[in-house]
Amino acid sequence: MRPFAFDSAANLAQASRLGGGTGQGQTDAVAQFLGGGTTLIDLMKLDVLRPQRVVDLEPLRASSVDIEFGPTGMRLSAFARMATVADNPRVQSEYPVIAQSLALAASPQIRNMATLGGNVLQKTRCPYYRDHSWNACNKRDPGSGCTAISGFNRNHAVLGVDESCIAQYPGDLGVALIALDAQLNLSGPRGARRIPFSSLHRAAHGQPHIEITLDPGEIITSFFVPSGLWTRRSLYLKVRDRASYEFAIASAAVALEMEADKVVNARIGLGGIAYRPWRSQEAEKALMGKPLTEANAQAAAEAALSGAKSHGQNDYKPELARRTVVRALLQAKALPDSSVA
Amino acid sequence: MSFSRRPMAMRFSPVGCVHYGPELNRTTIPAAPVVRRRSLTADNDDRRMLRLGIRAQNVGTIECEVSVSTITRREVIRGGAALAAVAAEPVLARSRQAPTEMAPGIAPVSLKVNGEIHRLNLDSRVTVLDALREHLYLTGSKKGCDQGQCGACTIHIDGERVLSCLTLAVAVQGKSIETIEGIAAHGELHPMQQAFVDQDGLQCGYCTPGQIMSAIACVREGHAKSDADIREYMSGNLCRCAAYPKIVAAIKQAREKMESV
Repeated sequence: MRPFAFDSAANLAQASRLGGGTGQGQTDAVAQFLGGGTTLIDLMKLDVLRPQRVVDLEPLRASSVDIEFGPTGMRLSAFARMATVADNPRVQSEYPVIAQSLALAASPQIRNMATLGGNVLQKTRCPYYRDHSWNACNKRDPGSGCTAISGFNRNHAVLGVDESCIAQYPGDLGVALIALDAQLNLSGPRGARRIPFSSLHRAAHGQPHIEITLDPGEIITSFFVPSGLWTRRSLYLKVRDRASYEFAIASAAVALEMEADKVVNARIGLGGIAYRPWRSQEAEKALMGKPLTEANAQAAAEAALSGAKSHGQNDYKPELARRTVVRALLQAKALPDSSVA
Repeated sequence: MSFSRRPMAMRFSPVGCVHYGPELNRTTIPAAPVVRRRSLTADNDDRRMLRLGIRAQNVGTIECEVSVSTITRREVIRGGAALAAVAAEPVLARSRQAPTEMAPGIAPVSLKVNGEIHRLNLDSRVTVLDALREHLYLTGSKKGCDQGQCGACTIHIDGERVLSCLTLAVAVQGKSIETIEGIAAHGELHPMQQAFVDQDGLQCGYCTPGQIMSAIACVREGHAKSDADIREYMSGNLCRCAAYPKIVAAIKQAREKMESV
């Protein structure tokens, strides 16, 4: 690990000032904010991230409330620990897809450390990104090429990819947040602002090294998750290579509002298969107003994966993702009404 | 350094000062106290002995006095590691370094470990794991993968289980750190430690301190209610020997005891 100056931020304004060099998710940013450290310290040890300054945001946690329930939705502090939110009984019953996406991620130790804000900003697990002995990685070193396209790409993305990068967004919470149309509250050099969560992660567009739309020095302070008649009938289905403590090879966040057998409202997010947190409005439209039969779920899954592009070892992914979507939809439909009322 | 690649026993036996046999596998060498005196020529091996508290009479020849029973494997390794870092420098040049001088990037850090406050001067890069093992010589917390994947370094910070390999020491000042060394009380093993012994919850034992720290938290969190629960909530601790069934049995045994207190 390279030497760095360590700073502790006493307040948001100071944090933004100290973190002026954080860039927009670039690997060579000269400053990094420290949340739980589970991505940052790991990538610094691997000599992938090389900040000269690390700004600890932990002191900001004391002045924020982890979880607040309001009449129109739930506010989650960006400094809250994953475990705190995953274990909250009201989140579990009122926003099950959020609690499940957190509980099925990482390990208990990591969930005790990692913050929600850091979680949604976690870096890809692409092995060519994480190992800089591979020269070609457009995300790490702009313009150098992509080793994964013709390399070991079994767990690389099939949606939202282009010739510059097929790295997969590895997170789970982000998939649930994008499905539920969450908003982000930010604090930064231009003051406070609110943006849709769906606009946080940029598309690759030939520039995969610029990952996010935040301003340099800008900090996620909280998430607002609107409540709806669909939030209670929601779940997160995660398919992994091992039973626990593993990243998804395919996942689905679904939320349904049903009238008898008919879908009135559907929210569908996809994980483990996309370049960034992915919501499929095509799949949602395909279900709207229709009875939730297996055939209709299949049609929705086909719509969700229609733009998929695989690169050899990950040819299995579109079909696995379709089956994941179908199973998630049928499981959500089968949830007892008592849990939904 | 060439010596650091040789097995410990081979490194020391030619010196003739202390014989390190197979008992090096134990933490403390349980030999009877013996004092030997030898004249030695200073070479790398001898310089390392300096770090073990052996006084040099002059640079060329070293009078060596060692009580075998007082040297532990840890001290041998520690001495070796410390010397490895500076072995390229002449011995005398090192001794002239002012002990109070602080290198750039090093700052005072105060850590509360097992109820005791320690004041250290640490580089900002030092993780809690390295602070414990290399600076406080609390080597119970193990370094497995050093990148947050194995759980061998699990400790408690403010009562919660976390990975010490991904936690910067400078960031946890003022917090309460508990390690495997701090859980036995009044001369008795913690119920979880005893349960791992009773149920034979290990083979090589390397992951065990992390397993035990994680398991204690798992029970306290209420995540040890069923076998499936235990497996899920212990998934952050890998065991290459695959002692998993016995680890589950140990946690169930300790759970009874911990919940009855």
